[in-house]
Amino acid sequence: MSLVDILIGFFTVSAIGGGVVMLLARHPMRVALALIATMLSLAGVYALVGLHAVAVFQVFIYVGAVMVFMVYVIMLLDIGDRRALHRYGRVLWPAIAAGGVLVLVLGHLGWRAGASLPPASAGNEGTFLVQPFSAAFLANWWLAFELASVVLLVAVLGAIAVIQGSRRHDG
Amino acid sequence: MDKLSFLLAASGVLFTLGLVGVMVRRNALIMLMCMELMLNAVVLSLVAFASHHGAPDGAVLAFLIFVVATAEIAIAIPIVMLLARQRQTLDVQSWDALKG
Repeated sequence: MSLVDILIGFFTVSAIGGGVVMLLARHPMRVALALIATMLSLAGVYALVGLHAVAVFQVFIYVGAVMVFMVYVIMLLDIGDRRALHRYGRVLWPAIAAGGVLVLVLGHLGWRAGASLPPASAGNEGTFLVQPFSAAFLANWWLAFELASVVLLVAVLGAIAVIQGSRRHDG
Repeated sequence: MDKLSFLLAASGVLFTLGLVGVMVRRNALIMLMCMELMLNAVVLSLVAFASHHGAPDGAVLAFLIFVVATAEIAIAIPIVMLLARQRQTLDVQSWDALKG
């Protein structure tokens, strides 16, 4: 077992630990910090398996943009409401039972899929450099790229519509 | 131990944690963050397959999931802020009017 494998195991366990803290923490800010820790650990995993570009964008887009936005909203909406600090709804035990079954099924499927696939092809170190990655992106996935821009445009228009509708409602 | 099996099993565990979070937590913002955790689990499985096969398509799909997650947050946060302003709470159990 090499150092890279040990580090991958460490980052994966710390990502799962962050997910568990997200379920247990009471205040939204602690949940956000646990999610940030999970995302940074996953970025470490991505970098260690060789996908450096995805790791960089995980840190830039997820932690740098999405989670900073989320933390700002948590601070903005810090309404002193005692009910919001109740952690769990009424379906706690059924949900935990269903989650236990799902984790067994997904874990087993993932384990079996990983074992049944042929072993990794050797000598693919250059596959995930920026140049072949960009070529694959714009040669094979250009339609998805254009559709993503449409999705972002619709999201911006939807956010503006929500805000405008609320203003009209208030006024 | 096989690296692909390990990462896929970890992805299943993370997805389940996010799903249980969406089901049991009562704070709307925490439910949103648990959805982000589910998306991250999917990205982890894509990255594991891409690294195993040595093809960049999985990495491209991971990028597209980043875009979808950003759009989801951009549309979900204004809705949550609107609801929080109407009822002065983030507790989803005070918004159960659709339950009948």
